[in-house]
Amino acid sequence: MRNVVLAHEVDFAAWRAAARDLAIEGVPPEAVIWSVGAPDDLFAGTEQPPQPAAAAAFSVPRPLVELAQTVIQAREPERFALLYGLIWRTSRGEKRVIEDVTDPQVARAIRLSQSVRRDTHKMRAFVRFRAVEEEGVTRYVSWFEPDHFIVEANADFFVRRFATMVFSILTPYRSLHWTGSQVDFSPGADPSQVPDDDALERYWRAYFSSIFNPARLKVSAMTSEMPRKYWRNLPEAAAIPELVRAAQERTRTMLETAPMPKTAPTPKAATRPKAAQSLVEPGEPAIGDLLADTLPASVAALARDAAGCRRCPLWQPATQTVFGEGPQDAAMMMVGEQPGDQEDLAGRPFVGPAGQLLDRAIREAGIDRQAVYVTNAVKHFKFEPRGKRRIHQKPDNSEITACAPWLAEERRLVRPALLLMLGATAARAVLGRTVTISRERGRPIPLEGNTQGFVTVHPSYLLRLPDEEAKRREYAAFVADLTHARELLAELAA
Amino acid sequence: MELLQKLEILADAAKYDASCASSGTDKRDSRGAKDGVGSTEGMGICHAYAPDGRCISLLKILLTNSCLFECAYCINRASSNVRRARFTVDEVVRLTLGFYRRNCIEGLFLSSGIIKSPDYTMEQVIGVARTLRETHGFRGYIHLKTIPDADPLLLEEAGRWADRLSINVELPTEAALADYAPEKDMGGIRRSMGRIRLGIDAAREKTAPGRAKPRRFAPAGQSTQMIIGADASSDRTILRTSTNLYGSYGLKRVYYSAFSPIPDAAVALPLRPAPLLREHRLYQADWLLRFYGFGVEELTTDSSGNLDLERDPKLAWALQHREMFPVDVNRADKEALLRVPGFGVKSVGRILTARRHRSLRMDDLARLRISIAAIAPFVVAADHTPRGELDSVRLAARVSRKPAQLSLL
Repeated sequence: MRNVVLAHEVDFAAWRAAARDLAIEGVPPEAVIWSVGAPDDLFAGTEQPPQPAAAAAFSVPRPLVELAQTVIQAREPERFALLYGLIWRTSRGEKRVIEDVTDPQVARAIRLSQSVRRDTHKMRAFVRFRAVEEEGVTRYVSWFEPDHFIVEANADFFVRRFATMVFSILTPYRSLHWTGSQVDFSPGADPSQVPDDDALERYWRAYFSSIFNPARLKVSAMTSEMPRKYWRNLPEAAAIPELVRAAQERTRTMLETAPMPKTAPTPKAATRPKAAQSLVEPGEPAIGDLLADTLPASVAALARDAAGCRRCPLWQPATQTVFGEGPQDAAMMMVGEQPGDQEDLAGRPFVGPAGQLLDRAIREAGIDRQAVYVTNAVKHFKFEPRGKRRIHQKPDNSEITACAPWLAEERRLVRPALLLMLGATAARAVLGRTVTISRERGRPIPLEGNTQGFVTVHPSYLLRLPDEEAKRREYAAFVADLTHARELLAELAA
Repeated sequence: MELLQKLEILADAAKYDASCASSGTDKRDSRGAKDGVGSTEGMGICHAYAPDGRCISLLKILLTNSCLFECAYCINRASSNVRRARFTVDEVVRLTLGFYRRNCIEGLFLSSGIIKSPDYTMEQVIGVARTLRETHGFRGYIHLKTIPDADPLLLEEAGRWADRLSINVELPTEAALADYAPEKDMGGIRRSMGRIRLGIDAAREKTAPGRAKPRRFAPAGQSTQMIIGADASSDRTILRTSTNLYGSYGLKRVYYSAFSPIPDAAVALPLRPAPLLREHRLYQADWLLRFYGFGVEELTTDSSGNLDLERDPKLAWALQHREMFPVDVNRADKEALLRVPGFGVKSVGRILTARRHRSLRMDDLARLRISIAAIAPFVVAADHTPRGELDSVRLAARVSRKPAQLSLL
């Protein structure tokens, strides 16, 4: 039999050194008796210098070291032997025993570590400080009764949080003191060393009582997370019995008190937004006739009308109508397909990845974006929710048609000399027919109202291309189209 | 009015907001600091539990409970006879720091009734956060309630001081909101959520070395709350709205709050509180949607579009899809394991690890703290095959525990 005497309950360094030596020496777990010296000496044993690796050294996986550091804090006399058992098996070829989480020894260690972690968490939660004035310094003192030997390992947490305070946490087995610059440990203490009251506890109890909702009384949910054993050290717990006792009565009174007559808002059915209207057929009257007595006189007024548009169901899952923007007297108008994720969030057209690509291409083509009126054929983002993302979906003909009057009004107000259609959806919305981009791109198409139409690709098409070579080629063609459009506009103006 | 009384009134006014989370923000602490106090390290801490079973992590109060709005479900609505109070900035700061130094809280959750104007109110709320951070070096957690459609510059400043921002969507549909909260507007709420999302995304963007880091903006994200049972919306409608909000605005959480009777209630409200069990089922479903790969439509198959109150939504689904079971714990993929009633995300993770080492038996599962009685009809293990239980008409009765009496009345 081998006896190993550790200096104190959480003497990890000595346990680790002994475990390593014993395993290398080939001493099986059943031949070792572990104990803690009495009385424990917290200043001994912790300073063991790391020993040079012996010839027969073996490595212990990091997760097992971490597990041991936690489990050693458990108030369980068998823990040293249990952990040595795992070290022993690791050294005898079961290198990954720690991953075998249903192995009885591993499962037992995991359960102990969970218990320590829970206790650690409860200490961080339920320590309550009382302030004492001492020689011009405020010292914060607490009395806490942990289940396990967790004070030492928890010191850092309290220091990180309260580094600028002077504090002590007293427990039955160990006390922790922070002087403002260093941590000291002293032997256990008793609750009489903590002041009786603190000026703020009255306020804390008042808060605790007021934040409680008596109509939702659920005592078991409280006690499962805040067991009664903690209550005697929690100032707010004194209020619990009365809160529980009075809860039913308070709720009944609340329900029996008749509602005050003056507090009777009738449901505002009249102001409720209209349900989605049936889709408009082609050839319907202009939007102005549908929504207002007079046609909107400006794009800004038109945008205000469009903000409440319910002409197709796309408004429902979307954030907002994304209307066109740019000068009302713009000579060039660009029409895209529909707003995307970013545009939907920001409420502005072409601000997402496709918009940024468009900006770059516009610059290279020598066009001033500030002078262009930019809009979309469909003004709401159409998407398919997939987990945390929204996947863009092509608008169908009914949605393009429902939105067409807005585009028509934008064209009427802006009266651009050149109308650039980006992609097939835009082309369909403007020309009213299916358009094959590759066949019709890059040449003027006369439109009504003294406007020349011009078709090119949508910038998101460039983003979707799989290979770099195609991307470069298509981007160059896109810039060439835009340059051509700019020249065309210059000719039209001349 | 004395501070103690104000605290009672303005905490009472804040208690219908379910959120008290203090997790998921960036790490910071007070080591080496000359003054100030506080730390945050990822996981929040519940410092107390009220007898309603709710966690108390933050000092959750209103700056004032005076309000211009007339939301039928709210105790603070303009026409309510409730006592009114208003904190000064300094009072909130003193209470927050005082409670924090005594380790009662992780930080502050500040909201307010709308006074004067939305922008004015937002400025007052931001003022408290700014004072805590700048004047007092407070490094604890701050959650600010955002006023819909407040000026974007105010929103930007709120995001700079706060860990979390939230806007309550309040009710599951635009129509219900129009009925019960006439001054609120779903469009404004959604636009603000969109703006917050853009702010959060921009702050998380990785910057090239040498370039200025993006400005801090609500590192713990945004959340919202929906009141359940005040209007007639079905669970399906509610969960569709949640799914949309999670997907559109990257919300960390949607909180469901069973409509609870309030003193001096408006007559437009239902007389009875919504059952807390319904709220509980919605939370379970919400989890299944986010972490278990379920879709809204497969969970709410009831003809009225509601979840089964009798049993949890995963078990209800399994009983309707017996052809998918039994699932072999030694062979099934993660997706199939996640659908077994009685397996959680963590236990599935442990099963996947453990089965690399051995062929799992029921004892092994018991050691993972899985309830053998709950899973036995639905799984195959090395030493276990369910014997006809899946075909038994009594299965539903056997695996469904009687629902706990959660409703008080």
